[in-house]
Amino acid sequence: MQPTVPPVTPSAPEVATRATNGSSASTARVIPPATGEKTGAEIFIDGLLREGVEMIWGYPGGAVIHIYDALYGSPIKHILVRHEQGAVHMADGYARSTGKVGVCLVTSGPGATNTVTGLANAYMDSIPVVVFTGQVPRHLIGNDAFQEADIVGITRPCTKHNFLVSRFEDLPRIMEEAFFLARTGRPGPVLVDIPKDLQAMKGPYKFPGGVKLRGYNPNLSGHVGQVKKAADLILQAQRPVLYTGGGVVLSGASAELTTLARSLSLPVTNTLMGLGAYPGNDPQFLGMLGMHGTYAANMAMDQADLLIAVGARFDDRVTGNVARFSLGSKKIHIDIDPTSISKNVRVDVPIVGDVADVLQKLNAELGRRGVTAAQHAQSIAPWLEQLATWQRTQPISYSQPDSNDVKPQYVIEQIWEATKERDAIISTEVGQHQMWTAQFYKFLRPRRWLTSGGLGTMGFGFPAAIGAALGNPDALSLCVAGDASFVMNMQELSTAVQYGVPVKVAIINNGFMGMVRQWQELFHGERYSEVNVQIQPDFVKLAEACGAKGGRARTAAEVPLLIKQMLETPGPFIGDFVVNKGENVYPMVPTGKGLADMILV
Amino acid sequence: MMADTQIQKNAFNEPEERQTLVSPVRRHTIAVTVENEFGVLARVAGLFSGRGYNLESLSVAETLEPGVSRITLTTSGTDLVIEQITKQLNRLINVLKVVDLTDLVRIDRELVLIKVAAESASARDEVTRAVEVFRAKIIDAWPRGYVIEATGDAAKLKGLIDLLRPLGIKEVVRTGQVAIARGDAGGL
Repeated sequence: MQPTVPPVTPSAPEVATRATNGSSASTARVIPPATGEKTGAEIFIDGLLREGVEMIWGYPGGAVIHIYDALYGSPIKHILVRHEQGAVHMADGYARSTGKVGVCLVTSGPGATNTVTGLANAYMDSIPVVVFTGQVPRHLIGNDAFQEADIVGITRPCTKHNFLVSRFEDLPRIMEEAFFLARTGRPGPVLVDIPKDLQAMKGPYKFPGGVKLRGYNPNLSGHVGQVKKAADLILQAQRPVLYTGGGVVLSGASAELTTLARSLSLPVTNTLMGLGAYPGNDPQFLGMLGMHGTYAANMAMDQADLLIAVGARFDDRVTGNVARFSLGSKKIHIDIDPTSISKNVRVDVPIVGDVADVLQKLNAELGRRGVTAAQHAQSIAPWLEQLATWQRTQPISYSQPDSNDVKPQYVIEQIWEATKERDAIISTEVGQHQMWTAQFYKFLRPRRWLTSGGLGTMGFGFPAAIGAALGNPDALSLCVAGDASFVMNMQELSTAVQYGVPVKVAIINNGFMGMVRQWQELFHGERYSEVNVQIQPDFVKLAEACGAKGGRARTAAEVPLLIKQMLETPGPFIGDFVVNKGENVYPMVPTGKGLADMILV
Repeated sequence: MMADTQIQKNAFNEPEERQTLVSPVRRHTIAVTVENEFGVLARVAGLFSGRGYNLESLSVAETLEPGVSRITLTTSGTDLVIEQITKQLNRLINVLKVVDLTDLVRIDRELVLIKVAAESASARDEVTRAVEVFRAKIIDAWPRGYVIEATGDAAKLKGLIDLLRPLGIKEVVRTGQVAIARGDAGGL
């Protein structure tokens, strides 16, 4: 089949000196020409280079063999994973920690279906990832061919958008659109399915050099009238709270948020996804809110007369029972995605727009009102005193062990102590250790906290930490893992060893699926059904078997020593922290309860 | 209803019940223009099934503009649910415009083909009378029955079907509702 694009003369390569998306150093790179005559596989590589892609994660196979041939010797660094799920999580961790788009390349059928969890995970947390899948040749599509899967159909509900490239001449345009969709508006994963015959076909091509999508025009600019209304409410409120989420991180609006909070002495609570967007050691910070949030944060939400929700989406883990959620408050909601607004909780002043843009406008508007931080602190003094009392009387805490047992929270505290002076990127798996890390580690900067918030994907944290380490060679990348979660993607240890990625894993090893065990203890009469995972590999030997290093701590005294060893040993390291088996995460808002009905320690 | 949690009086002196007001479930007619791309109908239908929205009918065909189709769908929900449905539809990349026609003065039409049994002279008379009353058409006839074509809104078609049902309806096929706003309103 011949492509129908008219032949074009290849133009000379342009040399660009502009920095690639999000990178600090301005490095010269060669941008391949927009037109010429090449194979689909070569056009694909050009498409990546034109988007500034430096590194991709993938796994070869029959339906992408032409692309892997074109990749051979190209300037793009390819990281060979051990399972395609790991590839997507690595690209995701890279994207979360750098702000760039993470890219994956996998084959058709099982290669493609293995990316589904990673895509769903990135979708729930709005992370820009582009996954390219090979597809069987076009004439075999629909024939139940070997390694055929309708991956576009399968991933439709867990991608921001997806494409099946059905014509050779569409490939350059679709590549530009895929990256554009992934990183603009509310970011998210995009999948592009490329049939094998198109990769091999040679013909003239043209990159449009700009994306125009009739049906996609995210509203970035906040409405000024709404901003004025928000400013009025903020200045009238007696009991305001800033409740901020992952949108602040994605929008790069930490500075604007901090300005807003400090300019009017407003208390701040973060969602799980929002941690790091506001300094975790700031006196105005109440801690995380929600199911395992602090007493002060949840009481503040319950008793507030004004919630200023910024880049957050009133998730059920945040609100508890919505029928009892913050009933006495007016609500301002700033979000780039209109579907997030009034989805779970009715809001009074919706402002659709990019968080950074809206906060800049709001700060400017409040600046014109001329109220100082000290004056405003004075006018809401009873509220600030109340919050301070809640913080003082019910801080996040844990009981000291009555035996030689190591408390998991103590391990997190020690990791914080050992890494607080460094540029540390902390990722987690999912479960109790994730909540303890959110509670006991202090995140000071955005993009330094990588956790699966929406989907709750066990097996995310370790590959994400590898991706983050590759994207941030000067930072420390440390994954706090549960013993059950870690084994879900532990095969990626070989990937870390192969590329010498100095990723550190602290396994909080209680021999249980701890969070499920906790629920069974509290709500199912201590009937511990299938949560005992005591038959696990010896993680130290596992590390050694894979060519990494490892160590174990069984007592409190050994914990700081093992952390030190972990940080000082070059290359990948697994620290196995054997902790108390029965420890629970508190405070806790049981399902169906309001935020004020917390179980405290 | 929410007295379990003690609430401080809010600074804005608003009734606290404000947030628990739930509007009744209502039937809505929504018009959607879409780019006629691969899989676009699956995206729209999948949105309804995936998010648990009710999809009562869906009708789709190309518009005058090549590559652009118009979908008319009917669904039910509270105001909040309908607001989510229109927002979620708008979020689909291939969706160009969404207009909720429900509260506009509009024309609803649906086409139905009814195969009805009619062997006796009296039955055949009854069918032709019903066809006349409802301004329908007989488009096929044979000794044991007729095929009737009728257009109208849902209420009219229900009336016709109810009238013919005692005679023995063999088969019914309906297009699903299409709708257009009267005058200049509701343009897509």
